[in-house]
Amino acid sequence: MPELPGVFTEETVTPSGGRRMTLNMGPQHPSTHGVLRLLLELDGETVVRAEPDIGYLHTGIEKEFEVKTYQQAVTLTDRIDYLAPLSNNLCYCLAAEKLLGLEIPPMAQWMRVMLTELTRLNSHLVWLGTHAIDIGAMSVFLYCFREREDILRIFEAFSGQRMMTSYFRIGGLALEPPRGWQARVKKFIDAFPANVDEYEDLLTNNRIWMGRTKGVGKISIEDMLDLGVTGPMIRAAGIPWDARKDEPYSSYDQFQFNVPTRLENDVYARYLVRVEEMRESAKIVKQALDGMPSGAWQADAPHVVLPQREKMKTQMEALIYHFKIVTEGFRVPAGEVYQVIESPRGELGYYMVSDGTSKPYRVHVHGPSFGNLQAVPEMVEGRLLADTIASIGSMDFVLGDTDR
Amino acid sequence: MLPEHLSEHSIAVALAAFDEGAITGGKFDRGELTLDIDAARIVSACGFLKHEQGFVRLSTVTAVDWYPSEPRFELVYHLHSLSHNRRLRLKCKVRGAAPSIDSVCSVWRSANWYEREVFDLFGIIFFNHPNLKRIMLPEDWEGHPLRKDYPITGNRV
Repeated sequence: MPELPGVFTEETVTPSGGRRMTLNMGPQHPSTHGVLRLLLELDGETVVRAEPDIGYLHTGIEKEFEVKTYQQAVTLTDRIDYLAPLSNNLCYCLAAEKLLGLEIPPMAQWMRVMLTELTRLNSHLVWLGTHAIDIGAMSVFLYCFREREDILRIFEAFSGQRMMTSYFRIGGLALEPPRGWQARVKKFIDAFPANVDEYEDLLTNNRIWMGRTKGVGKISIEDMLDLGVTGPMIRAAGIPWDARKDEPYSSYDQFQFNVPTRLENDVYARYLVRVEEMRESAKIVKQALDGMPSGAWQADAPHVVLPQREKMKTQMEALIYHFKIVTEGFRVPAGEVYQVIESPRGELGYYMVSDGTSKPYRVHVHGPSFGNLQAVPEMVEGRLLADTIASIGSMDFVLGDTDR
Repeated sequence: MLPEHLSEHSIAVALAAFDEGAITGGKFDRGELTLDIDAARIVSACGFLKHEQGFVRLSTVTAVDWYPSEPRFELVYHLHSLSHNRRLRLKCKVRGAAPSIDSVCSVWRSANWYEREVFDLFGIIFFNHPNLKRIMLPEDWEGHPLRKDYPITGNRV
């Protein structure tokens, strides 16, 4: 039997005469939310050393980008983060549109904002439900998944898919919004704030919840920034950085919302920040719903956007464009861009290099979970094993996003 | 020497004042500033940018393979300053035979995994890295998939 890679091999004797134990947590442990493997060296109940081991979900998506045309590759971005497919769609499309110099019509921009905020709600709901289960609060999960189902139904109405939506395309949206979408979204978003109150009733003043989360998983601000942590994690430490405010994209600057922050920097503060973010996202969805501009949902760029079926059948030029786009894709001017957006987990960045052909020369995806996970040892070492579960739960990582 | 067209960017001017030979080129394209850095001076340049110019965060480290041209690899660093709300891209060219560069882990600890990923998928060696081993692929994997001469299907060459 070959030695397992990464196992701590040196024998260590504790002051009390006992031996330290190496515990292999994952990759199939339910509270590692996917295939994260944590190597923990324990002295009794205390974690002495922790080492995250990732890569179990590496699928070579960055390599695959290089053999797909720009528009085909949108479908790959869904598969990076199963809880935030639309955030990944958006970031990829924005990067490609920046290279192309495309102007996106206001209606499509607002629709993108509305749907990415619903994605944030979807992601935070799954996080809250599973995080609460990890700590032993079973019922919250059922409430969260009730609302998540509604969001997935809305996604299905828009794109035909519940999870792998691919609804944003370079140049706008994939399809015209479905008939009656306003009523659907309105029904959901009007009821949503009351639902958040329900989750808060179950947890916010729950003494067991507070006991398990307050003062747990602390890590200094300097360490966080140095280790690449972003998103609700740093906002729970008092840093109000949010790409939606600081580097606005897709007309986020036209929306009124707050960036919730806390100062306590523990698991409880991260819970409060995310719950508050859900309320703020609901506000953004409401504003988008009320003020949705009318007009085109695709850019006026015949060399990039497929023509409408009717035009294609009646106009020669539209037919030519259609043929060119379908057979060889569209050419993107040479250059490079790094597009950053605020995904539910933090800073999501797409670095795209074009060599002037119809396929990306290189796409690098900087997933927020990848940066956040590096902070695991800093958060759990020297603390109790049970706190490890609460701490890593508070990071809200998705392993597909880490491994890509 | 600082190229003429970069003299309106304060970061480039400051970095050139700190180390005259550090910047070998650069561009300002689509609102994003890129500086080409001499590969031998990457650590000191990054240290200066972090401590003097407020780039407290390293957003990503990645590479681009320009096979078959030489120098083959281009290392790309994305820096982020929260206090000034600005971003900066640094690029270093590395030759294709036994590609290597100094690690910036001593400047930002987050570089640890980012550089391991580049090592794993491109085969670029980072000197003075605390734990340089594969991160995505199994440790006995042969080859580096993101190189352009690595096939997308079929046998590896």
